[in-house]
Amino acid sequence: MSKLMKLNLKVWRQKNADNAGKFEEYKVDASPDMSFLEMFDVLNEQLIETGKEPVAFDHDCREGICGMCSMVIDGRPHGPKQGVTTCQLHMRSFNDGDTITVEPWRANGFPVIKDLTVNRSAFDRIIAAGGFISTNAGNAVDANSVLIPKDVADEAFEAATCIGCGACVSACKNASAMLFVGAKVTQLSKLPQGKPERETRVVAMVNQMDAEGFGACTNTGACAAECPKQIPLSVIANLNREYIGAKMNGK
Amino acid sequence: MKLLSFLFTSSIGRKVLMAVTGLSLVAFLLVHAGINACIFFNDSGKTFNHAAEFMAHNWLIRSAEIGLFLGLLLHIVQGLSLTASNNQKRNNKYGASAGNANSKWYSRSMGILGSLLLIFLVMHLKHFWVVSRFTDAIQETAGSTLFDEMVVVFTDPLPVFVYVIGCISLAYHLLHGFQSAFQSLGINHPAYSPIIQSIGVGFSIIVPLVFAAMPIAMHLGWIQ
Repeated sequence: MSKLMKLNLKVWRQKNADNAGKFEEYKVDASPDMSFLEMFDVLNEQLIETGKEPVAFDHDCREGICGMCSMVIDGRPHGPKQGVTTCQLHMRSFNDGDTITVEPWRANGFPVIKDLTVNRSAFDRIIAAGGFISTNAGNAVDANSVLIPKDVADEAFEAATCIGCGACVSACKNASAMLFVGAKVTQLSKLPQGKPERETRVVAMVNQMDAEGFGACTNTGACAAECPKQIPLSVIANLNREYIGAKMNGK
Repeated sequence: MKLLSFLFTSSIGRKVLMAVTGLSLVAFLLVHAGINACIFFNDSGKTFNHAAEFMAHNWLIRSAEIGLFLGLLLHIVQGLSLTASNNQKRNNKYGASAGNANSKWYSRSMGILGSLLLIFLVMHLKHFWVVSRFTDAIQETAGSTLFDEMVVVFTDPLPVFVYVIGCISLAYHLLHGFQSAFQSLGINHPAYSPIIQSIGVGFSIIVPLVFAAMPIAMHLGWIQ
């Protein structure tokens, strides 16, 4: 077994949305082979053993596909590595003796529930506004009866890898949700099943996005740089294109 | 008008307006830099005055000037209001920040760079535009030209300094703004975007450099 690392943690503690939070400092001994969340499990066991309140944080699958984990580590959503979620970040990415600052996603659209847990139901409401197809697809048809060019299918699939974690919002200086909405709009508008509703969909989703208190896009590229699924900025251009087209058609 | 109301109400529409007005200002800069660069013929401003005379009296140019000011005003008002509204989307700030790890400082500072440009612009318009359009100070019959005005203004080192700062702000504002405008309009393509980006970088360096060279050259007496 590898030698344990001695880490200093500065963790955001906040009782609930109505209380102002503050940073608390902790010391943890962690194996370099642990994931970041396993290191937090160790911290929480320590806290429970000493009769203190454990740190609340979101997690589920711990294999980078559910989109639940949401920690801003040293100012970067999902930590310093590219293309990974917090659960897939390992302690070997840090050094013995490091001080690590851990905070929740910070955005008015994502109010803190407790400690590092935030309420991301704003994303659900954006999806409910139009992120679906309402045509009855019927029985499964022959695979080749609806022809989709390979490059179009690839583009839609790339956008569909978005796990809706909200790292884009947390990285953006404007707390903008454009990468998320762009990914969902691109995924649906590229494919034949999603095309009939593309105009009403994009307008409804953008209206909801604005109503939820997310900012406008400044095109800094921070969202795409921090996205654990590496969704490209081109989905935002596609969102803009879809939206301008729909508006010009009077939608 | 209802069709275009989204340019003032939705987050995407407001950026579309920033992009359209921004690109028209880019077009203006090209003309402005081209005409002013005529002073580098070093013929006591003969060529430059000739071009300036044409710009001042051609009715098409004068009409376009109204559009230019309208676009500039929209760009300023929309830019300031967008910056203000974007700044209200995160009430609790991060304790640790790593902004430079995922984006460029100038792309996050367009509001500040734009405000610096606005301060420069007020001084610049007062120096030349107000004097030439609204006073009798510059009249060829009276023997005084726009070139003479440049010589007078740039004898003082303070305007030269402010103009150079203005040009540096312009360079960084364009470095982000040029390519960002295309993205806001939905133009992002694997083949064309690298070309747009290269043109943007070239434009952002060359045009402010040409502008900055004018006050410096005149102050140092290279242009007479």
